[in-house]
Amino acid sequence: MNVVVCVKQTPDSAAKIAVEGGKVTWDAGLVLNPWDEYAVEEAIRLKEKHGGKATALCLGPESAKEALKTCVAMGCDEAILVTDSALEGSDALATAYVLAQAIQKLGAVDVALFGKQAIDGDTGLVPIAVARRLGWAPLTYTVQISEIDAGAKTIKVQRLLEQGKQVVTAKLPAVIGTVKELNEPRYPSFMGIRKAAKANIVIWSAADLGLEAARIGAAGSATRWPGIYPPPAREGTVELIDGSPEEVAAKLADKLIAEKVI
Amino acid sequence: MTNNTWVFIEQFKGSVAQASLEALGAARTLGGGVTALLFGQGVAGLAATVIAHGADEVLVADDATLADFRVEPYAALAAKLAREHGPAVLLAGATTAGRDLFGALAVDLGTGCLADVIGLKLVDGLVQAVKPVYAGKLLSDVSFAAGRGPQLVTLRPRAFAKPDADAARTGTVTPVAAALAEDAIGVKVVDYVIEQGQVSLTEAKIIVSGGRGVGGAEGFAPIRDLAQTLGGAMGASRAAVDAGWIPYAHQVGQTGKTVAPDLYIAAGISGSIQHQAGMRSSKVIVAVNKDAEAPIFKLARYGVVGDLFKIVPALTAEFKKRLGK
Ligand SMILES: Cc1cc2nc3c(=O)[nH]c(=O)nc-3n(C[C@H](O)[C@H](O)[C@H](O)COP(=O)(O)OP(=O)(O)OC[C@H]3O[C@@H](n4cnc5c(N)ncnc54)[C@H](O)[C@@H]3O)c2cc1C
Ligand SMILES: Nc1ncnc2c1ncn2[C@@H]1O[C@H](COP(=O)(O)O)[C@@H](O)[C@H]1O
Repeated sequence: MNVVVCVKQTPDSAAKIAVEGGKVTWDAGLVLNPWDEYAVEEAIRLKEKHGGKATALCLGPESAKEALKTCVAMGCDEAILVTDSALEGSDALATAYVLAQAIQKLGAVDVALFGKQAIDGDTGLVPIAVARRLGWAPLTYTVQISEIDAGAKTIKVQRLLEQGKQVVTAKLPAVIGTVKELNEPRYPSFMGIRKAAKANIVIWSAADLGLEAARIGAAGSATRWPGIYPPPAREGTVELIDGSPEEVAAKLADKLIAEKVI
Repeated sequence: MTNNTWVFIEQFKGSVAQASLEALGAARTLGGGVTALLFGQGVAGLAATVIAHGADEVLVADDATLADFRVEPYAALAAKLAREHGPAVLLAGATTAGRDLFGALAVDLGTGCLADVIGLKLVDGLVQAVKPVYAGKLLSDVSFAAGRGPQLVTLRPRAFAKPDADAARTGTVTPVAAALAEDAIGVKVVDYVIEQGQVSLTEAKIIVSGGRGVGGAEGFAPIRDLAQTLGGAMGASRAAVDAGWIPYAHQVGQTGKTVAPDLYIAAGISGSIQHQAGMRSSKVIVAVNKDAEAPIFKLARYGVVGDLFKIVPALTAEFKKRLGK
């Protein structure tokens, strides 16, 4: 079974994020997008169970090699970075076009795994858009892979929806968007980290993928994000309520009823 | 002739999603008429609700292939209708279904999508929207490049007011046919696993959440009692979920659900930056924590420094009394 897992590099979730002169800055390192850890773990489990290969794929700047190394350290066999100045400013749909082309170039992929969303842009559009481009079964929000029959090329998963879990079946190849409850991502082993340090990260350019210039980068994107700024501060300071538990409860009930939230 | 603004109406087993009604309300604020897409099986009866909440026209597709939301038949039909009628703006709730449908539709229609927006207006026919990025640590203005469209936008649940139903509103109902036959659809829905009696976190007006401070699975009992008394949903911090005290479906935060209830009560939750990411746009936040220095108090409107096992049951008793339960 050939598995590819698409990953993004993002600022650490604990970082303080600010805007300076229209540019976003943060006070912590870049990490593998936290949601993608579940996708990477599942990719490794699938290849361990069914044989084959797990390849990590990222579209990003040179620095994103570090996120790919994390994937190799966890257990991915290969890592590919699609990087090209022509790709800068690509929106989610343009990104999906690039990733779909890269997956097609890899060839013979049975499953493409994704995180739920990237914690910088927070769109959650890329997995479904890649599925649609490739014409593969769109299994987003997967919380459990119940069965895969590699021979018959069928899959059964549970998807986590607002109302509960939905059980679906589909034919491979499939795009699997993952959510957190799917698994417990492993920590890279010592051996894994050593392997990653020496790993050869394959670099693909826009030309390598035969990308159409009109469909990539800022100019090839339908959407724009002209301004970015901090949200308005929450008004006021906390009002502390004290007394015995009964007194606190009575006072708080008065206030919440007066606020019309109950 | 359909209208320039379209709204996708999501329904699950015959009830319309709250996020879709909110989208109807948002569509009305853009000016002009509103066309709603209502797909499902045996859903024609819902058209009246959709009209009462703001639609002038409802395109109803009633077909067995559309009984459950599935991307393939829904996107194929929505894309076909959009190509035929050329709406300028399409809105949906940013639910799992809304995000999937519009992501797929953006591919089919060769456009983009603004996802999870919390502010929306139309200037000279162009959408100008605002969306949270970096888990709400920043906001971004978002829009479409000139000449690109249709403009697909998903709206964060509870960010837009749900309009009141107006039974006097009138509208037309136009039946449309499904675009795909069942054998052209790869994904089959086999079953649902649904916990009964749960209030959906993203739709809830009131959420009572517990964190590591509840101390164990049984520590959620007082949290659950208060949530039930208030008719709200039960949330949790990741620490409580990771400890296995409560299922992940309850997790609020950066790697859980983003919620915006009228009232969010956090008990035994310190208020880490990742937890805040999921609940900071709640209208009124109440924190119960025995540590007066906990960061959650910086976000809260009301704070109680004390033991949640004393305060939360007292609140439950008080509200039972007040609400006559
Ligand atoms: C990539 C990443 C993603 C994350 N995503 C999320 C997320 O989505 N959601 C999330 O919540 N966290 C998330 N976290 C974890 C987050 O950093 C915190 O670890 C977590 O939120 C802490 O949970 P807590 O507040 O329940 O626990 P703690 O920080 O341990 O706080 C427990 C609080 O309970 C109080 N307390 C103890 N006993 C009592 C009592 N009897 N009465 C009253 N108060 C009491 C204590 O004073 C303390 O303030 C994420 C972390 C990372 C790295
Ligand atoms: N630049 C990228 N390179 C590789 N994968 C990506 C990229 N951007 C997004 N993804 C994948 O798509 C998922 C959803 O991202 P998004 O739609 O941007 O929120 C992420 O969790 C990744 O798995």
